[in-house]
Amino acid sequence: MEWLRTHPGLFLGAVGEHLLLSLTGLAIGIALALPVGIAVAHRPRLAEASMMLAGALRTIPSLAVLAALLPLLGVGFTPSVIALALLALPPVLVNTVIGIRTADPAALDAARGLGMTGPQRAVRVELPLAAPLIFAGLRVAAVQVVSAAALATFIGGGGLGDLVTQGLALLDTGRMLVGAIAIALLALGTEAALGMLERHLAARVRGA
Amino acid sequence: MIEIEGLTKRWPGADRASVEDISLSVPEGTSCALIGPSGSGKTTLLRMVNRLVEPSAGSIRIGGEDARAMDATALRRRIGYVIQEVGLFPHWDVAANIATVPTLLGWDRARIGARVEEVLSLVGLEPARFANRRPHELSGGERQRVGVARALAGDPPVLLMDEPFGAVDPVQRAKLQEEVLRLLQQLRKTVLLVTHDVAEAVRLGDAVALLRDGRLIQHAPAAAMLAHPADGFAAEFLGANRVLLRLALFPLSSLPVRTEPAPGPALPEGATLRDALARMLADGTAAAPLPGGGSITLADLLAFAGRG
Repeated sequence: MEWLRTHPGLFLGAVGEHLLLSLTGLAIGIALALPVGIAVAHRPRLAEASMMLAGALRTIPSLAVLAALLPLLGVGFTPSVIALALLALPPVLVNTVIGIRTADPAALDAARGLGMTGPQRAVRVELPLAAPLIFAGLRVAAVQVVSAAALATFIGGGGLGDLVTQGLALLDTGRMLVGAIAIALLALGTEAALGMLERHLAARVRGA
Repeated sequence: MIEIEGLTKRWPGADRASVEDISLSVPEGTSCALIGPSGSGKTTLLRMVNRLVEPSAGSIRIGGEDARAMDATALRRRIGYVIQEVGLFPHWDVAANIATVPTLLGWDRARIGARVEEVLSLVGLEPARFANRRPHELSGGERQRVGVARALAGDPPVLLMDEPFGAVDPVQRAKLQEEVLRLLQQLRKTVLLVTHDVAEAVRLGDAVALLRDGRLIQHAPAAAMLAHPADGFAAEFLGANRVLLRLALFPLSSLPVRTEPAPGPALPEGATLRDALARMLADGTAAAPLPGGGSITLADLLAFAGRG
């Protein structure tokens, strides 16, 4: 805590960088996963294939993803963001596909039978019904990305991970702990906040 | 008016057509119940009328217009659709659910609001109490009523119902059948209905069409089918109590009024011949008192049942 009092600027800068990394990575991941999920959900073979791919991507450790990108994209902010986007992709994609595929078939049949066009059905019925699951995927992705962003320091991406690596290098326990605790709190906070939002959303859609 | 001619559906890879060359018409303002064992093609036939299933061959005319030449979504907005699982949209309140078709048709707000209240009242749900409820706050019977209201909202001349009361408990079911029957007659809708329940078919259908393996076995007015099943299969499917089901279709006024003394309270207004028979069996008498005075006799009843 002593370190935090003497270096507030450094700390806040690292937090800002961490959030920027996480949010950008998450946004790109969602922007890719959501439309792909919607597009493949009704094509069983494509859906299976994309879910398998997502599953495979999920099993690769975050650090390995970062390391694999190093020779391709070099170091810095951009490759870190791309790695984080790759991490955000699987949970959002899988939950979007499952959310759409498990939407109440009776409601969808009624929507069709009452004369909604395909896009009307998707926007007015399918996506709202899938929303709680999609949001759950988003929460998982967000927590993963916030935690994994700590590793961006290894390829020069910055963030709170910098405090940890610097602390280790300089044998400055205070600096290291501040970084580590901040990362943990950020991840926990993300989980708690999005979890609350998720329950709220589920109650609105399902009325449970 | 629904006119179906030579309608056939062959699914790719299936060894036989699931609906084969069925011709059938439902005159304006009447109802026809499709019955048959599972897999007989009755739901497929129903779903071809609003083109949720595209026919392989044949024609469908609705109010004289060729349904297969129309845009499918435009066609569906002119046909009410009720299914067993109801399929209410859980994220919308009752009013928004009912407003589905009017909204698709682009009605203005005021007209939609008025129509929602109107159809809610029609199906026996007080608008002020139900309009803003969510589907999960409703009982099974109420949900099905909202389903019917939703189907009626766009004022379609034709209504398709697939096992509309299948998910409702038996007590609610009889009441709901009664009310929907009255409603459909009052609104003069043309109705095609799928059910596996013979009693429901003859109660709700002016005519009944019996299907087996995708073919039409018999199409006749309900009472006529119960009296004269076309073949052994039809007789078996309609069941041994078809005589009783048939008696339940006729009011007390179908028999001549006699002066024979009959003990006990008069039969209720709106009772059927079946109720009269039940009363005579229960009381061990050969006559039952009518609500307006006089009585009907067992002898007349037997003669009536025998005439067919």
